[in-house]
Amino acid sequence: MPQCVREKVDLALKSQRQHTITVLSCLLAVQDAFGHIPEECIDQIAKFTRSTVNDVWGVITFYTNFSVEPPGEHILEVCWGTTCHILGAMDIAKTVLEEIGLKNEGTSLDGQVTVRFNTCLGACANAPVVSVDHKLEGRMTPDQAKIILGKIKNVVAEELDVER
Amino acid sequence: MLNADFKELKKKADGLWDRLNSGKEHWIRIGSDLSGQSAGSDAVVSRFEHEIAQKGLKAIVTEVGTLGLCFAEPLVDIVSPNMSRAVYGNVKPEDVTSIVESHLINGVLLKELLIGVFGTNGDGDLSDIFQHPMLKDQLRIVLRNAGHVEPGNVNHYLANDGYAALYKVLNTMTPEEVCEDILKSGLRGRGGAAFPTGTKWKFLAGSKSSPKYVLVNCEEGDPGAFNDKTILDSDPHSLLEGLIICGYATGASKGYIFIRHGHNSPINRSWRAIDEAYEVGILGPDIFGSGFGFDVEVSLTGDSYIAGEETALMESIEGKRAMPRYRPPFPAQSGLFGKPTNINNVKTLSYVPQIMLNGWEWFSDIGYEKSKGTAILCLSGHLKYTGLVEVPFGITLRHLIDDIGGGSSTDNPIKLLQTGGPLGGVISNEKFDVLLDFEAMSEAGAILGSGGIVAADSEISVVDLTRSIIAFCQYESCGKCFPCRTGMSHLLEILERICAGNGSSQDIELMRLVGTTMQAGSLCGHGQLGFNPVSSALQYFGAEFEDMIAGANRDNGLNATWYSPLRTRR
Repeated sequence: MPQCVREKVDLALKSQRQHTITVLSCLLAVQDAFGHIPEECIDQIAKFTRSTVNDVWGVITFYTNFSVEPPGEHILEVCWGTTCHILGAMDIAKTVLEEIGLKNEGTSLDGQVTVRFNTCLGACANAPVVSVDHKLEGRMTPDQAKIILGKIKNVVAEELDVER
Repeated sequence: MLNADFKELKKKADGLWDRLNSGKEHWIRIGSDLSGQSAGSDAVVSRFEHEIAQKGLKAIVTEVGTLGLCFAEPLVDIVSPNMSRAVYGNVKPEDVTSIVESHLINGVLLKELLIGVFGTNGDGDLSDIFQHPMLKDQLRIVLRNAGHVEPGNVNHYLANDGYAALYKVLNTMTPEEVCEDILKSGLRGRGGAAFPTGTKWKFLAGSKSSPKYVLVNCEEGDPGAFNDKTILDSDPHSLLEGLIICGYATGASKGYIFIRHGHNSPINRSWRAIDEAYEVGILGPDIFGSGFGFDVEVSLTGDSYIAGEETALMESIEGKRAMPRYRPPFPAQSGLFGKPTNINNVKTLSYVPQIMLNGWEWFSDIGYEKSKGTAILCLSGHLKYTGLVEVPFGITLRHLIDDIGGGSSTDNPIKLLQTGGPLGGVISNEKFDVLLDFEAMSEAGAILGSGGIVAADSEISVVDLTRSIIAFCQYESCGKCFPCRTGMSHLLEILERICAGNGSSQDIELMRLVGTTMQAGSLCGHGQLGFNPVSSALQYFGAEFEDMIAGANRDNGLNATWYSPLRTRR
């Protein structure tokens, strides 16, 4: 593992603000820092928490928010909860997936957008809800979702311009 | 660490609060809880800050929780010199300029966006916000500060009766007396099980081993419920005060507030409340010089609904896979890290300060029969007024839906309510005269649970809805015990088959067989209650299932788009 990754993991592990440090809390800290759990740091987390690599894998595979695959540039979560379902979440999911060219959850081929279903984003009063890079967007419609996707793509294009 | 003197703290807080409310400067409060955020409060806040700076106005902008009128978020609540305190609703960033011009600069209310004012101020044509149908019949005990105070700001809380109950308890009452008062108040757990809180506290108080822990459950993964998160988002000090009182009453020394990661504002606002409480000495080794010490921290969990089950919650705080434990031993004997532990829901503990302050008799006079106090409910779905309400027990569901919720938001009548989260059930509109009461609702087949009320209009297919709920239950089954693990998968398989138009005449009987096995054989509530959504749907809407199986209504199921997550925990 590159030294810089090791140091970034180390920083994430040591800057947790609560006293109770566990395998789960460490994984959440690493996921927050990287957007996913880099497989090569699992050993480091096991050592830090005085547990085994098996323990760490056990926790990663249990909580559905963890992923060892890096997500796309942007994460679009479509709420799949009861209220959102009643108010048309499936139509929004369909539009989003069709626009990106996916059949179900996953990352677009160009690596721009990762789509996930979330079981409840917590803003049911303004359902249907989606979240874009963890920012909530309520009272969603399929057309509105298209606009959001358009914005994401433009943002990505702008970021690329800057890099060039 | 300061040895906090309550009276000094209160005096300082009152001074700050009075100055904010004096109207010398404009005070603009913007609802930015999760609902507010989803409606775009962030952009409204930055627009206000920009306009105020640009026009050189004297104004303070504060992000607050919600008044509960989530359908009208973002809400902007303004106190201005010589004007009634006014609340504007559905404020878009582009409306901010006109609000600033009209209200802040010209001193004229902007009627188009006005939801109401606080008090009518003798001006007859201004509507008092508490006469709004959604607020009129509410009794706000836990939510009394929601939307009024800055969440986590200890001075705002102190100026609104905050920590007065803790001060009273620490100075004048023994732990036994506190447990006894909570028991006599009739307070029951609001997380779903409705167990008497005082009895639960006595279990922990009676345990001799130490240290002891108190856990606050804000996992709240139920789709349709957002009340726990909103309490932390609006007034986390109420919970914190209840938690410290619980610690004193039970002899615990540490509390954990357990929240799902990713819900950033409830998490950050809880941390702020904790930090500010430590700063003034309301948390720490010697609270108000009483010799009683208590520590609190936030513990985060990953995405797992089952982590809200009390023993799975302890596994999760310990950093493991959130799988329920066998009982006995019960948490009061051996819980978190093998030590005696009590688990309460956010709502339950948030009642405690007001009960201790006003007396158990006051609380036990509110409500209905064995359901004392108020119910904190999340109204969502096909309703005109969606949001968070707090109403006394004993009103009818019809009153809740037609008046407080404003009735259907579509052209079609409300057909059913889905209550109590995914493990609750559905209740048909012919039963809307049922009272809001733990027992009455259970009898009707739909539990009150944690307070989520989702309304669906007559266009909704119950079979499709049931499939969606069972898909959630299957996705969230932890897999530890087989009746739940295979039972949920089996139920989903049957429902997907029926929806795809391939149901067979034996399928309903098969679902009952699977369901009763799950009820009898599952380790925790997830499997034991997991058949509820199907059984209640069959009870009221059995004909819809039969029609779809017979092919009469087949298009209904066939045409409904359906996705379920690919990720699983197995």
